[in-house]
Amino acid sequence: MEQGRKMVEVMNFNFFYGHAQCLKNISFDIAAHQVTSIIGPSGCGKSTFLRCLNRMNDLIPSARMEGSIKIDGQDISAPGLDVVSLRKKVGMVFQKPNPFPKSIFDNVAYGLRINGTVDKHIGDKVEESLKNAVLWDEVKSRLHESALSLSGGQQQRLCVARALAIAPEIVLMDEPASALDPVATAKLEELIIRLKQKYTIIIVTHNMQQAARISDMTAFFMQGDLVEFGLTNQIFTRPKKQITEEYITGRFG
Amino acid sequence: MVRKEKFIEGFFFINGMAVIIVLLGIFVLLIVNAIPAFRDISVWDFLTGKVWNPEAYGKPSFGIVSMVVSTLMVTAGSLIVAIPLGIGTAAYLTDVASPRVREIAKPVVEILAGIPSVVIGFLGIVLVGPIIAKLTHQTSGLNAINGSILLAVMALPTIISLSEDALSSVPKSYTEASWALGANKWQTLITVKIPAASSGILAACMLGMGRAIGETMTVLMACGNASAFPHSFIDPVKTMTATIAIELGEVPYNTTHYYSLFAVGLVLFIFTFFVNLVSDTFLHKYEKVNR
Repeated sequence: MEQGRKMVEVMNFNFFYGHAQCLKNISFDIAAHQVTSIIGPSGCGKSTFLRCLNRMNDLIPSARMEGSIKIDGQDISAPGLDVVSLRKKVGMVFQKPNPFPKSIFDNVAYGLRINGTVDKHIGDKVEESLKNAVLWDEVKSRLHESALSLSGGQQQRLCVARALAIAPEIVLMDEPASALDPVATAKLEELIIRLKQKYTIIIVTHNMQQAARISDMTAFFMQGDLVEFGLTNQIFTRPKKQITEEYITGRFG
Repeated sequence: MVRKEKFIEGFFFINGMAVIIVLLGIFVLLIVNAIPAFRDISVWDFLTGKVWNPEAYGKPSFGIVSMVVSTLMVTAGSLIVAIPLGIGTAAYLTDVASPRVREIAKPVVEILAGIPSVVIGFLGIVLVGPIIAKLTHQTSGLNAINGSILLAVMALPTIISLSEDALSSVPKSYTEASWALGANKWQTLITVKIPAASSGILAACMLGMGRAIGETMTVLMACGNASAFPHSFIDPVKTMTATIAIELGEVPYNTTHYYSLFAVGLVLFIFTFFVNLVSDTFLHKYEKVNR
């Protein structure tokens, strides 16, 4: 897998809730095996954009999109697309840890079971996923306890393990650390950096230090526009646009 | 001002107490009138006897097993029909129906709860009965399965409405997590939403069952009222409620027969009390989980 391969290609993409346009003519490419962070003030459309990549917005009746998003060369904005196979390829971790009220094991096994993995392979895959999410050592002795007995940080890493279990190529993360304390956040960030060897990570974050610490590329969204996209280093040290500089230096947002 | 306040306080206190006293009074009346029955009948014979023939010349018998079995049969039958149908409808309303359909269907379901039981009993006689008679090649369709179908119709609004509440209060984050893992609507419903709402759904079914056990007019009209021990769902049955309703009006005052009907009422009360207690426990557990 070469480094520079284009994983996601966004072309003239628009998104509407009813009559309100939330994303305006977005175009950029996301490379494989990199961490790309999306930053911007609240309501700028960054979460909406993320949820377009696995078609989670389909849950909202009035949502509508125009333009194209290609993942691995396949246009995923077509209405007749098989969203189930898309979501197997594009995993997601949410803002608030949301494990199912089931055991730790069953949480990770959930995606495998609904995708018809044979029972004898499930144990191995669960172990592998928990190891990938650096959670195995903490939970190996209590796999059959409720997932809700874990701490917030552990729950979030469990959600990562759950997403990894079905072997996605891309992992979307929607402010995954916003409900976590600093120690749990540090562990999660470490995990994200490690995961990019195997996966392409796209993360929405409110926390600019976080974006600077973990990402290779950064996209700055504002009021539905993609204002600036480039190397994280460049965006945070020599932004091309005035407004980007004002945002990252904390003058608004 | 203070006096006015005291007066209002007192007024509500008396109201609240009155309700509690009336309810306790009913319970006490039931017990006091049931006890004299056991001067002439042994509790054992009462609870295990199969024959209920209080007016028999010479040796009357007071066994409630047949009517208890009848009640349980009709109730179980109604639940077998109502639970899958009710949960299915609730799932349809929460997950499949468009908001417009939901807005219309939910009140319609709740109106169903307001249909007088005598009207449902009437439908049992003129509509369900003849169909059952035709299908089973019997002369009459007034039997246990007729009562089960009608009671199912009566329990459905409760089951649908409460299950729908339970399913729609499953956190959206569970649904999203399941969708994001490539599950379709059906898999999400079966493997995530129904398990997460299970205690609420269980409580809904228990309340529906409470309604079915205590219902009188419908079963009295539609079940055929034969005191014999029922052997199948196409036998006519006489439930506990129907027995009390039919016989209490005719029975001579202060006889063993009179008191024994109160004893039947007491047994029925114990049944419904436990059903309500269990459903209440589930309902509270479910409130705690979803808080």
